[in-house]
Amino acid sequence: MIPVEFYLVLSTLLFFIGVFGFVTRRNLVAMLISVELILNSVDLNFAVFNRLLFPGQLEGMFFTLFSIGVAAAETAVALAIIINVYRNYRSDQVNSIENMKF
Amino acid sequence: MMNIDYSQFLNMIPEVTLMAALMIVFITDLFTAKKPGEARNRNWFNPLVCVLMLAHIFINIWPTEASTAFGGMYMTNGSVGVIKTILAFSVLIVFVQSREWLQREDTNFKEGEFYELVLATLLGMNMMVSANHFLLFFLGLEMASVPMACLVAFDKYRHNSAEAGAKFILTATFSSGVMLYGISFLYAATGTLYFDDVMANISATPLCILGMVFFFSGLGFKISLVPFHFWTADTYQGAPTTVTGYLSVTSKGAAAFALCAILMKVFAPIVEYWQIMLMVVIVLSITIGNLFAIHQKDLKRFMAFSSISQAGYIMLAVVGNSAMSVTALSYYVLIYVVANLAVFSIIAAVEENNGGVVNMNAYNGFYKTNPRLAFLLTLALFSLGGIPPFAGMFSKFFVFMAAANGAQVTTAIGATIYAVVFIALVNTVISLYYYLLIVKAMFISDNENPLPTFKSSYSTKMALAICTLGVVAFGVCSIVYNWIHAASVM
Repeated sequence: MIPVEFYLVLSTLLFFIGVFGFVTRRNLVAMLISVELILNSVDLNFAVFNRLLFPGQLEGMFFTLFSIGVAAAETAVALAIIINVYRNYRSDQVNSIENMKF
Repeated sequence: MMNIDYSQFLNMIPEVTLMAALMIVFITDLFTAKKPGEARNRNWFNPLVCVLMLAHIFINIWPTEASTAFGGMYMTNGSVGVIKTILAFSVLIVFVQSREWLQREDTNFKEGEFYELVLATLLGMNMMVSANHFLLFFLGLEMASVPMACLVAFDKYRHNSAEAGAKFILTATFSSGVMLYGISFLYAATGTLYFDDVMANISATPLCILGMVFFFSGLGFKISLVPFHFWTADTYQGAPTTVTGYLSVTSKGAAAFALCAILMKVFAPIVEYWQIMLMVVIVLSITIGNLFAIHQKDLKRFMAFSSISQAGYIMLAVVGNSAMSVTALSYYVLIYVVANLAVFSIIAAVEENNGGVVNMNAYNGFYKTNPRLAFLLTLALFSLGGIPPFAGMFSKFFVFMAAANGAQVTTAIGATIYAVVFIALVNTVISLYYYLLIVKAMFISDNENPLPTFKSSYSTKMALAICTLGVVAFGVCSIVYNWIHAASVM
């Protein structure tokens, strides 16, 4: 069986790729994709911990299921808002939506 | 196949009545909604929603005894009941004040949506504060923040609103991702997600501490504490004013209460780790919020930075980690609700009647043309700043008391707590300075053509009356504090 550390390396990499993408990407859809990577790393974590550390129960699996569902709902709302931004600004680049600044 | 014991729903009356109100509003809206441009009068809709909210508050005003439901996932007790009532009260004020805004041509046809979304977020917040399991907590949090993004982007055709909505939903999703990552570590360390079991199994291992830090950062985004506050100013400025008011008091109060409960309950065994972290974050929030607020010219942006610093004060109650903390926090949230919503009612009224003016310079000479509104705004700002006869002073006092409660100056941690309280005290003076900048603009600064005199609508007047009554009376009437205290120790 693949040891738990291998999965952890994968999920940690996914998480930080997501964080890096969220901070550096200048496109709203790309930022959303980065956030999805973060959520996927979390799902992976829960499933792996449940399967390999606590095989007798299902709590982690259930959390994963719910988390996938909620992530889908969030993405739906975020995409709707991004489309609305695009209609207003004719662009989805972060640089072009800067009406409000410090 | 296990059967569900449906009588368990009787343990969660606040959610049931709220759900009933939501369904009534939804169905009524479904059958009476009008299309854009259609001339149909729906004046009764806002009063109906307000009456439903009032009924919800009165049914649940007497805090219930501590009980659990659904295998211990759902938990309620006196202090949870009180914070639910406070949140519902703030939503009632928001509904009353939103009427004028929702009578406008471009918002009137989606009046029902506004109420439904607000009620849905309130239901989510109720779930969040009574959660006793990380799954239910996460679902409540998401239920509170996803419809909130729709509310922020409610003015579909205004650029700022769309921009604010995008910033809000992206940071909200990002922060829940970070929070979930923390929860997954806690799960790995303890093998359970029930609050009680996590507490029993938690220890100061690096994994637990890492999980706690990630969890804290995720919630810090929601409360807009300082290292995680970057979305706040833009979102508050861009959102419709009524929504900004709602966002700044209700969602912040609920998240702060939930964080307080979880820190004091789940993370009790590693208190020395989160206490230090919390103190650093509080000092940063209060100071940076204040310093940025001084330079703002846009009133909504100004209130955003003021709310960042107020969030620091709210969390200050938790530092003490005693029985007083929950009471002080709930009381602070209640006073903050009335004072902040009074300010936002006036900003909204001015904005509605003067073609969207939110600039601070426009308020120069406001006293000459609208003396009563200027006076009420002054009262609310005094309360936010903490000037003695008003409620804000008492709430700050109780928060400081709760923070310093039981701290020994001779120990390192106690001395640090006293230092933090002292810094917060000094910051009160700074905050007084910038709150008084608005008062100065209204009363002293000259203006060739101040904002014209206008007559605000009855609903705005009513919202202002409730808020001002709260600002003046909640402090001097000790019954309010006693009610919260009695419920909390129950």
